[in-house]
Amino acid sequence: MDLGDDFKVSSKGKRKSYEVDYDSLSQSAVEKSMRDDAEHIRGILGVENDTAKLLLRHSEWNKEKLIESYMDTPTKVLVTAGIILPEVDPQSTPTPIRTQTSNSSSSRRPTRSTSKLLSSLSSGSRSSKSSSSSPTNHYSPPKVSKLSKSDEPFVCPICFDDDPKLRTMALSCDHSFCSNCWTNYLASKIRDEGEHYLRCMAEGCALVVPDGFIQSVLIPEPGAPIGDPAEEAENAKVWARFQELLVRHFVGCNPNLKFCPYPSCTNTVSCPSAASKLSLTTLVPIVSCGARGIGGQTLSQSQQSLGLQGKEHLFCFGCPIESDHRPVVCPVAKMWLKKCRDDSETANWIKSNTKECTNCQSTIEKNGGCNHMTCKKCKHEFCWVCMGPWSEHGTAWYSCNRYDEKAGQEARDSQSRSRASLERYLHYYNRWANHEQSAKLSVDLYAKTEKKMEEMQITSALTWIEVQFMKKAVEEVEKCRRTLKWTYAMAYYLAKGNEKELFEDNQRDLEKAVEDLSEILESPIEPENIPNIRQQVTNKTVYVQKRNEIVLEDTANGFLDGRWKWNATVDGFDDPDPSAIAL
Amino acid sequence: MTSISTRRLAKELKEIQSQGCPVGIELLKADDFATWWFSIQVMGESLYQDEKYTLQFRFDSQYPISSPAVQFVVTDGKEAPIHPHVYSNGHICASILGNEWSPVLSVIAVCVTLQSMLASCKKKERPTDNDRYVRHAPDNPKKTRFHYDDDE
Repeated sequence: MDLGDDFKVSSKGKRKSYEVDYDSLSQSAVEKSMRDDAEHIRGILGVENDTAKLLLRHSEWNKEKLIESYMDTPTKVLVTAGIILPEVDPQSTPTPIRTQTSNSSSSRRPTRSTSKLLSSLSSGSRSSKSSSSSPTNHYSPPKVSKLSKSDEPFVCPICFDDDPKLRTMALSCDHSFCSNCWTNYLASKIRDEGEHYLRCMAEGCALVVPDGFIQSVLIPEPGAPIGDPAEEAENAKVWARFQELLVRHFVGCNPNLKFCPYPSCTNTVSCPSAASKLSLTTLVPIVSCGARGIGGQTLSQSQQSLGLQGKEHLFCFGCPIESDHRPVVCPVAKMWLKKCRDDSETANWIKSNTKECTNCQSTIEKNGGCNHMTCKKCKHEFCWVCMGPWSEHGTAWYSCNRYDEKAGQEARDSQSRSRASLERYLHYYNRWANHEQSAKLSVDLYAKTEKKMEEMQITSALTWIEVQFMKKAVEEVEKCRRTLKWTYAMAYYLAKGNEKELFEDNQRDLEKAVEDLSEILESPIEPENIPNIRQQVTNKTVYVQKRNEIVLEDTANGFLDGRWKWNATVDGFDDPDPSAIAL
Repeated sequence: MTSISTRRLAKELKEIQSQGCPVGIELLKADDFATWWFSIQVMGESLYQDEKYTLQFRFDSQYPISSPAVQFVVTDGKEAPIHPHVYSNGHICASILGNEWSPVLSVIAVCVTLQSMLASCKKKERPTDNDRYVRHAPDNPKKTRFHYDDDE
C-alpha cells in the first residue's frame, strides 16, 4: 500500500534514537485517504463510487489484489462483494418440497418465505450434508415485491404495515421494505452489533447495502419534512457511528495504521517503520495521536493540579501496552508483564508496602516518593529499597540498583535453586514496583506542596511564576521513574556480561539523580529558603533530564546495533547462549 | 418501538389461528408476545418417527429485526432431540437463528426449517462438544456465538 506517501510528515527537528517517525491523523484525514483510494479504484475499474467503496471494503483495502481479481473476473468479484445479484439459471430454481395448505387469502402473506426457506435449507440450517443443491445457485431472488406493487397495496413484510402512504425502499434486488423497518434494521446492526457490512433484510439475499442507501435512510434529504427531532438526532448518531466503523475497518486492514486506544478518541497514528514484527526488536514505537485528555473522565485533584487532564495520548504502536514502556522493546515488556501477573500475587508484595526499621524494628509505612527513610522513633536513616544505611547511598558508592550476584551465590548454597530464582525476581520486581509507587506518591506530594506554595504566594511577596518551578521537576521525576521502572524489567532479562554492567551503570546514575531530586522536593518549604530550593531543584531537574536521555539513547542504540543479549528466549531475537540462561 | 414487535407477532398469531400450522407443527401456547411454545414432529419416514418435541420461542422488543431466542424445552420430562446440531440443554446451532436470520422470516418459517433439519438427519448423535458447551452455556442461546460447522 502506498499510504506512506500519502501521509508524508515533515519531521520535526532531529529525531532522537529512542524516538520513532510517525504521524497522527484525525478521523477526517483518514476518511480523505479512504476517499482517495475509492476515487483511484473508481477511475481504474470504471465503477460507481459506492461500488468502489464496497469493493475496497470487501477486499480489505488491498487495491492491487482487488484490481487484479476484478480484471480477471469482474462479475464474480461483484457478486461475492454483494454488489450485484448472481445470474440465476431458471432450471436450478428449486421446487418447494412442502407448501402450506394455502387458500386465496394467504397469497398476501409471504408464503415464499416458506418455500424459499426450504430451498435454502442446505445453507440455512447447515444440518444436512447430503443436500445436493450447489452453493452457487441455491439462491433465487424472489420477485414478489415488484408484482405486488402494481397488483395490490404494499404491505411491509416485516412490520405488516399497509398504510398506502408508506415510504418503501429496496436495493437493486427489489426486496421492498418500509423505510421505518430499514431504519430500525440499519440502526440495530450499526449501533448494537458494530457492523459496517450490512446485507439486504430479505432472507438469503446477499446484496450489501451501499453507503449512499444507508445515508438516505438515516439522514433526511434537505428540504424533507421535519421529523421527530429526537429520532433524527439518534439517526445522525448512528450515521456518525457508521463512519467511525468504516474508518476503524480501514485502519485495521492497514498495518501502517493504528487507532488511538484512549476512550472516545477517534484519531489514528501512521507509523510505517513499526509495521513489521521484525522492526519491534530494534525500536520501541511510542507514539501520540496528538489529542489530549480523556472525554468525560473526572480526575483527582492532584492530577488536575499537575495539568494531567491535558495529558497527551501516548501509547505503543507495536503492542497493546497503553503507556510508554521505553527503553524496553515490546516482546521483553510483554514477557515481564506476564511474569509479574503470574508471580507477583505473593505476600512479598504486601511486604513491600510496610517495612521494619533495621535499627529499632518499628513498622514503617512509606508515605512519600523518596527512598531516604528516617525512623520517627530512633532517627535511624536507611534506604527503603535495600534497607542499608543511608550514609552509604550519599557517597559515591551506591549499590542499591544492582542484584548482588555474590550474595545470590551464597543464598544458593544455603537455599534451594527456586528460592534463589524467586529472590532474583523479587529484587527486580520490588524496584520496578517501587518506582511505580514512588511516581504516584510524588504526584500526591506535589498536590500538598502546591497548596502550601499558593498560601505562601498570598502571605509573602513571591509571584506565581516563582512558585512554579516544582511542577516541571515533579513531571520530570514522574517521567524518569517510568524509565527506571522499565529498566528493571530489561535488566531482569539481560544476560550477564559487560553490556549489562554498562546498562546498570547508566541505570544507577539515573536512579541516584532521581532520588536526589525527589529528596529535595520533599524538603520542608519556607518562604526564606525558596530561592535556595529553587536553585537546587532547577539544577537537578536539568541533570536528571540529561541522565534520562542517556539511558534512553544508549538502550535504543543498543537495540539498533543488536548489542543486547538475553538470558531467556525472547520473541524475534536469537536464542540465548546456553550459559546465559537464568535459573 | 414495542409496537412493531407486538403488531408483527399479533399478525403472525392471527395467521396461525386462521390458517393453521403446517403439518407436524402445533401451537401449544401463546398467551403473550414474549414467549410462545410449539410442538414439532417429523412427518413421514425419518429417524425421529413418532417423536414429539416442544420448541420455545422468546421475543424481545427488537423482533423481527433481531432474531427470536429459540430452543427445545428440556424441563418437565421433555427432552431435546438427539441431533448433531442440538445440545442436550435444548440449544440449537442453526445459522438462521444467528447470523443468517432475516427479518422476513417468521415463527412458522423457523419451525419448518427446524422440522426439516430433523427430517434430513442421517445419524442420531449429540454435537461433539456437547458436554463442554452445556456446562458453560448461557441461559439465552442468543448469547452464544455459535460456529456454524458446515459453513462454506
